[in-house]
Amino acid sequence: MISSFPKLLNATLITLKLLSVSLVVGLILGILFSIMRINKNPIINKFAYGYSYFFRGTPLLVQIFIIYFGLGQLEFIRSSFLWIFLKEPYWCAIIAFSLNTGAYTSEILRSAFETIKPGLIEAGKSLGIQSKIIFFKIQIPIAIRQSLPAYGNEIILMLKGTSLASTVTLMDLTGVAKYIISTTFKPIEVFIVAGGIYLFLTFLIHNLIKFLEKKYSF
Amino acid sequence: MELLAFGKTGWGDELFIATLMTLAVSITAMFIGFLFALIFTPLKLSNNKFFNLIANCYTTVIRGVPELLVIYLFFFGGSGAVMYVASIFGYNEYIEINAFITGSFAIGIISGAYSTEVFRGAIQSIDKGQFEASKVLGLKKPIHFFKVIMPQMLRLAIPNLSNVWQITLKDTSLISVTGLVEIMRQSYIAAGSTRDPLFFYSFAAVLYLLLTYLSMKFINRLEIKYSKGY
Repeated sequence: MISSFPKLLNATLITLKLLSVSLVVGLILGILFSIMRINKNPIINKFAYGYSYFFRGTPLLVQIFIIYFGLGQLEFIRSSFLWIFLKEPYWCAIIAFSLNTGAYTSEILRSAFETIKPGLIEAGKSLGIQSKIIFFKIQIPIAIRQSLPAYGNEIILMLKGTSLASTVTLMDLTGVAKYIISTTFKPIEVFIVAGGIYLFLTFLIHNLIKFLEKKYSF
Repeated sequence: MELLAFGKTGWGDELFIATLMTLAVSITAMFIGFLFALIFTPLKLSNNKFFNLIANCYTTVIRGVPELLVIYLFFFGGSGAVMYVASIFGYNEYIEINAFITGSFAIGIISGAYSTEVFRGAIQSIDKGQFEASKVLGLKKPIHFFKVIMPQMLRLAIPNLSNVWQITLKDTSLISVTGLVEIMRQSYIAAGSTRDPLFFYSFAAVLYLLLTYLSMKFINRLEIKYSKGY
């Protein structure tokens, strides 16, 4: 149990790396798509809706497999520059995670945008503030504050989601845990250590979000 | 399209059976989850600190640990645990547990943790007057629970339970690592033997979308049915 601890800690670094990179990319995607969702043009908002519907309606495992096993089958991808990324399981996992968390983030932000009271925007307009400034200085800060609790849940879901990287040969925390279980055949001890690390991370994220909520409450 | 033909030449019938398997595992898991929720929701709501602690441990640990890790625990540890219990009763042969049972049990425990939270929230949002009124009327405990609290709780819980169902349905894809032939596993087999992973995994995605779409339709109907009179 104790001898497996350093190995698992090392693997935690990979989990954290996967989590942070995909959260950053996912956040950017989420912001983009949530803006597309509130766009009046039906083609743009249908496209964004389709994106979020697909990625929220299918298991993350399917998405990883399509990207890792599926895309390599297409000749034009193999010959393009994309292949540099798509042949690495690490990048495939990151692409899948980012697209997935991007879909959930866009939903969270969209509902946050919708809960902003129209009076605030009208007040901005009647004060003669440009609509761009209204968007960046009024709508976005309020939306971010509104969506903090839901986004915290999403980060925790994503932390758990990174465990799927082990299915495409990446040795993240779950991957290493499975390897140790199958070589030593001590499932319960390893589960306690690896599960404990995950719980500790969840605990940290939970408290960080709580702290931010308090800091930006109004 | 010939890849999806029914019969020996295509994968249509195999994938169809696999879809039914996914549904069967999801429904069994959801049901096991309800049983767990039935045990842990009262513990969560009770005034006893010790019971609270047990229930909180269950929901926090299960919801904070990746599903895959829980499945590995059951897959590798399940038969060992059963054999240990059996050896107490003097049975020392090797016991192998069916992948369906381990899988639905693992997913069931996960879905139970979410269901517990949903039921707890639903009961807590029932108006206090309802509890007091049934006490004042002197209703017996079972009648109070089944005729007064339960119908109101179900109505409030349905929208959130539909989320739990979606999570459970998607989590069953993870059981494919234990070798149970559901949609993911069958697509993996088909992709391996035809060397056409893109097609089969995309088709698996379509099947999952179809399942989530149809279950949403069904749940919406239930919601309308149970909110009659409100």
